[in-house]
Amino acid sequence: MRSLLKFITCGSVDDGKSTLIGHLLYDAKLLYADQEQALLLDSKAGSRSGAIDYSLLLDGLMAEREQGITIDAAYRYFTTHARSFIVADTPGHEEYTRNMAVGASFADLAVILLDASQGVLVQTRRHARICALMGIRYFVFAVNKMDLIGFEQAPFAAIQADIFRLKETLGLEHIYVIPLSATEGDNVTEPSPRLPWYDGEPLMRYLEGVDITAHTVEAGFYLPVQRVCRPDHTFRGFQGQIEAGSIRVGEEITALPSGEKALVKKIYLTDQETAAASSGRPVTLQLDREVDVSRGCVLTREAGLAVAKSFSASLLWMDDSVLTVGKDYFVKLGTKLLPGAVNAIHYKIDVNSGEHLPTRQLKKNEIAFCEITLSEAAVLDRFHAHKTLGELVLIDRISHMTSACGVISDIKQQEDRPAGTTFYHRNLLAQADIFEEFYYNLEIRTIIKQRPDRKSYTVGDEVPLKGESYCYPASFDVIVLKDQIAVLVRDKKIENICALSGYVYTGFPLTNGRGFGILANTAAEVALFLSEYQLAKRENEAHFFNKWISFSTYRSVIFHDDFWMI
Amino acid sequence: MSAMSHLDELEAEAIYILREVAAECERPVMLYSIGKDSSVMLRLALKAFYPEKPPFPFLHIDTSWKFKEMITFRDHTAKKLGIEMLVYRNEDGIRQGINPFDHGAAYTDIMKTQALKQALSQYRFTAAFGGGRRDEEKSRAKERIFSFRNETQAWDPKNQRPEMWKLYNTKLNKGESIRVFPISNWTEKDVWQYIQREEIEIVPLYFAKERPVVCRDGNIIMRDDDRLPLLTGEKPEFKKVRFRTLGCYPLTGGYESEAVTLDDIIEETLSAVTSERTSRVIDKEAAGSMERRKREGYF
Repeated sequence: MRSLLKFITCGSVDDGKSTLIGHLLYDAKLLYADQEQALLLDSKAGSRSGAIDYSLLLDGLMAEREQGITIDAAYRYFTTHARSFIVADTPGHEEYTRNMAVGASFADLAVILLDASQGVLVQTRRHARICALMGIRYFVFAVNKMDLIGFEQAPFAAIQADIFRLKETLGLEHIYVIPLSATEGDNVTEPSPRLPWYDGEPLMRYLEGVDITAHTVEAGFYLPVQRVCRPDHTFRGFQGQIEAGSIRVGEEITALPSGEKALVKKIYLTDQETAAASSGRPVTLQLDREVDVSRGCVLTREAGLAVAKSFSASLLWMDDSVLTVGKDYFVKLGTKLLPGAVNAIHYKIDVNSGEHLPTRQLKKNEIAFCEITLSEAAVLDRFHAHKTLGELVLIDRISHMTSACGVISDIKQQEDRPAGTTFYHRNLLAQADIFEEFYYNLEIRTIIKQRPDRKSYTVGDEVPLKGESYCYPASFDVIVLKDQIAVLVRDKKIENICALSGYVYTGFPLTNGRGFGILANTAAEVALFLSEYQLAKRENEAHFFNKWISFSTYRSVIFHDDFWMI
Repeated sequence: MSAMSHLDELEAEAIYILREVAAECERPVMLYSIGKDSSVMLRLALKAFYPEKPPFPFLHIDTSWKFKEMITFRDHTAKKLGIEMLVYRNEDGIRQGINPFDHGAAYTDIMKTQALKQALSQYRFTAAFGGGRRDEEKSRAKERIFSFRNETQAWDPKNQRPEMWKLYNTKLNKGESIRVFPISNWTEKDVWQYIQREEIEIVPLYFAKERPVVCRDGNIIMRDDDRLPLLTGEKPEFKKVRFRTLGCYPLTGGYESEAVTLDDIIEETLSAVTSERTSRVIDKEAAGSMERRKREGYF
């Protein structure tokens, strides 16, 4: 059993979360005399009745004390003879849901409070859903204010039945339901004589005994690389935290995404050399040969991680700005930070009913199931298989706000049909974005690209030559350098799709795979263009583009003021 | 491969944070206040990057009123470990003779807060590690591990970026900088137990010893030098005292204590009936004073 338990309290406004924790600390004699004295003084000064107001121990911000509400998560620390605890008291107001989610992402267990006189509310469902989304597996439903319903069993049983229905709906793994009164102290640390019909444990005893490590073992070994340690030319070590499994000197690891293999030469557990280390430990690994590893790579063994560019994820939107489909964000995933975009919102989830609702945008505190594409393939996995590589945040590229958090549920393997426009013929496949629209968004003063819906074209198909921001001639050749394929359009229709190696320039205008004009007008120039591309691939790409590529030949940028229509 | 203890988990979390900042932030610095929390932070930094030295300098904001033993300890530590120790003083404030007796809260602002702001902007540091812990004070309990400050170094507690899992967002807007608190989740007891486990050297002022003191407003103040003026009726005496936190000597209250070993200190801490901040004179101002100072740029 883990000696440290991190838990949160959540629930609707005025369900008594802060009061409950205050009471736990008070009962456990965990207050220092000066804190207790301040509490008594503050309680008298406050507008609530003269009794001790335990919530004042938690609500530390001036705005919170003025308004009598919790705005942000507060962390408290206490130890009993059985265990050490860190508890995050989280806000109940819907407005501050994202602060509640912050607490949930940190915790192993959630104590969800309900008011016995009110039962299961929308906010109860919202919080349970978000806790489950963030990966919490253990739930305590604390039916508080039992004093208001005369400590009676029947109304409690009705609420308990609702809770069990909620468990089924959300697929919660472990739940425990406790009737209690936080203000009066019934069933908080000691069993209450006023609840003789309750044969379970009081809250504190349950928290001291619960084993949250059961069924949390992930397959294999993996270590997302945080940094490369190079004190001098003789030493190169990879630093990071082991997220699952264990590793011994002499064992073989695979570096992802490169796939290179190497043997572990030395392991340092912080500053001590060791023969082996396991999950949770901060280590530095030295390998027996040079491999291509930098921050964001993952060292792994038998974990079955994926290297992929697109995936589906459940997102909690946390930004005041609305989610824009197609807009670029930074995605942080493990120790990797890279550009990416939400390509599609499949549906949003009604927090109360769980119903799937179609939507085109996502507002603060909404949860949705989305498709995300990264600018390049990254090492990742489903949240339920390897937690750390299934978690992500989206960061706004302009405001730098942490706009959303999410968990990966489904990975699109690389060979899947890519998003956007594809051209195919026999075994040839090219991804080309020649029908993308370019808008200058006047609201955020940034150029934004909008991809058309996923569509494939083959020989004989007619193509849309004119869009809002592009206009191609009736006959032209598309040279898709990345996939080394040429698409020949003649009189609005695709005449042929062939490999670049077999392509012959016949004098028709040229575009690249993004619809940018290629400044080559003779067979010799085309040959030079293709050979310089091979050289420029790795470095000096910008120089190559500036020499050969012209954006404005067939394209322009359209001003647009209606931000959310894009 | 033994199971991880409570301290192992806290250590791993702090090291993860140190490495993230070193990898993602442009110009990090570690604030070093010479106290026990700083000593723990320093040890964590040495462990996190081993065999490399910490890839950032350390910065001490010297108000010129620190205990002499603290300064000796600082210089000895920097030399022994071979780390880069920057010392910054607000020379303007010193020239104006700003002192803790005549200037009260303004002293803390000018010699600590303003000095810190000046130092961060002079060296263009974008991320500063601090040893703040959430168990110290109620507004700290609400602060994120990565805490953003605007161009005037002020904290906006109502608009903190969400901090999810271990996915720290270190992206800065123009003029912003970050305070990073790797030991946010440690308690005073954890700090002492870690010092014991790791055999970390600390300033001797933490251990009880006969020291020259005066009693003033219920606090035991050490006469570290003759800049401490005696008030009418006060008489200097020797008492066996130790300090639970260290700062500017005229503002730091001592305790009469017999604790001369780490074991004694831990036992005393566990049975203490008052929190450690009661020995800091500035914290006794009105409720919310810490939040107010942080909004104004205090660390």
